[in-house]
Amino acid sequence: MRLPLAAALSAAAVLTVALPLAGVAMAAQATAPAASGPTVKIDNFVFGPATLTVKVGTTVTWVNNDDIPHTVVANDHVTFKSKVLDTDQSFSFTFTKPGEYPYFCSLHPHMTGKVVVQA
Amino acid sequence: MGHSGDNENGERGSIGRRGLLKCMGWTGTGVLWTIAGGVPSAIGLDQAMAAGMPATKAFTFMQISDSHIGFMKPANPDSRVTYREAIGKIKALPQRPDFMIHTGDISQLSKPEEFDDADQIVRESGLNTFYVPGEHDVLDDDNGKLYLERYGKGSKGAGWYSFDHNGVHFVALINVLSLKAGGAGSFGPEQLAWLKDDLAGRSASQPVVVYTHVPMWLISQDWGWGTDDAAEALGYLARFGSVTVLNGHIHQIMQKVEGNVAFYTANSTAFPQPAPGTAPSPGPMKVPEDRLRSVLGIRKVDFIKTGTPLAITNTALSA
Repeated sequence: MRLPLAAALSAAAVLTVALPLAGVAMAAQATAPAASGPTVKIDNFVFGPATLTVKVGTTVTWVNNDDIPHTVVANDHVTFKSKVLDTDQSFSFTFTKPGEYPYFCSLHPHMTGKVVVQA
Repeated sequence: MGHSGDNENGERGSIGRRGLLKCMGWTGTGVLWTIAGGVPSAIGLDQAMAAGMPATKAFTFMQISDSHIGFMKPANPDSRVTYREAIGKIKALPQRPDFMIHTGDISQLSKPEEFDDADQIVRESGLNTFYVPGEHDVLDDDNGKLYLERYGKGSKGAGWYSFDHNGVHFVALINVLSLKAGGAGSFGPEQLAWLKDDLAGRSASQPVVVYTHVPMWLISQDWGWGTDDAAEALGYLARFGSVTVLNGHIHQIMQKVEGNVAFYTANSTAFPQPAPGTAPSPGPMKVPEDRLRSVLGIRKVDFIKTGTPLAITNTALSA
């Protein structure tokens, strides 16, 4: 039981290494930074801008510029959840419903941000 | 907030404001503990090697922390090298410690190959090593399953456990899982219930050593350097006459004494982090290459008989 599981985890890690930008598993997520959508930069353990307002259907991309890994996780842990983003890695999510989407870094939970999606 | 030089050979006496500020400037990494059934103290490895162990000791153990194997950024191009140097210092001790505690962030990204490298280096110490995970060790898709499989044998829940050694009760707690937005470290109700149970019925005179990754006292609200539900844990520990809390996470040495509880943060073997309020973020601090080993290091701590003041010294890798 232990061996197959360890092997599976190793395989997953290898895949992540080979395709760093494909490290987001959810169907709704882009595998590369969206060319035209807005970007939230992670600098010095801060999401910038802290609040981003977009129209429905917009793809938002987060880019980690820190030397420390971060994550982007909706406060409900469900709506969106990135894998760990190492330096220069990014995560994208397309917002298809209006509303307010507070999120945080699950590694450094004092890092918080919000996306406001307008109809 | 800066400090240099005059504590290299030890700090004795109660920890006042001045002492605390001095500690905040210290750097180093491994901690060697000696226990003689009372108040703990720490001495630098190099000092220990020169002076020999105090006669009062019953046994000693090492604390190392935040090896971040896999970290290869400007602040330290290869954290394996400095980790191996730290282990080398421990191997060179004239008296072999009974075991070693690693207070988390073994790896940078929880990758199997990072854990492999870390384990290989630690094995060179020849010491049995106990772990708690840091937030960097639970980044796999299953929130720490990989860590648990590798390091969590015999543990409870997400990996917490306790054991007794020479009459001292050691408790390993995890405060890097299920963190909430806007918060800091967290133990969670299941673990706290286990802790309450684990401590129930023990004699208040038994020394207790608690170790966990994120500090259990609030060092910086802005940087999340604290544990949200630490007060409940400390409540269960309050009746014990000697409680020592060890942690890592902040890559610098600080200490605080509150009642019968002595809190110690340890240094990293990988890279330094800034003191709270001295930088825009707690990110890795880049120092000139020839200074790196002066801000990493190892530390040795002794338990001295009850009533004796703390004695703590930290030794840099470059010492």
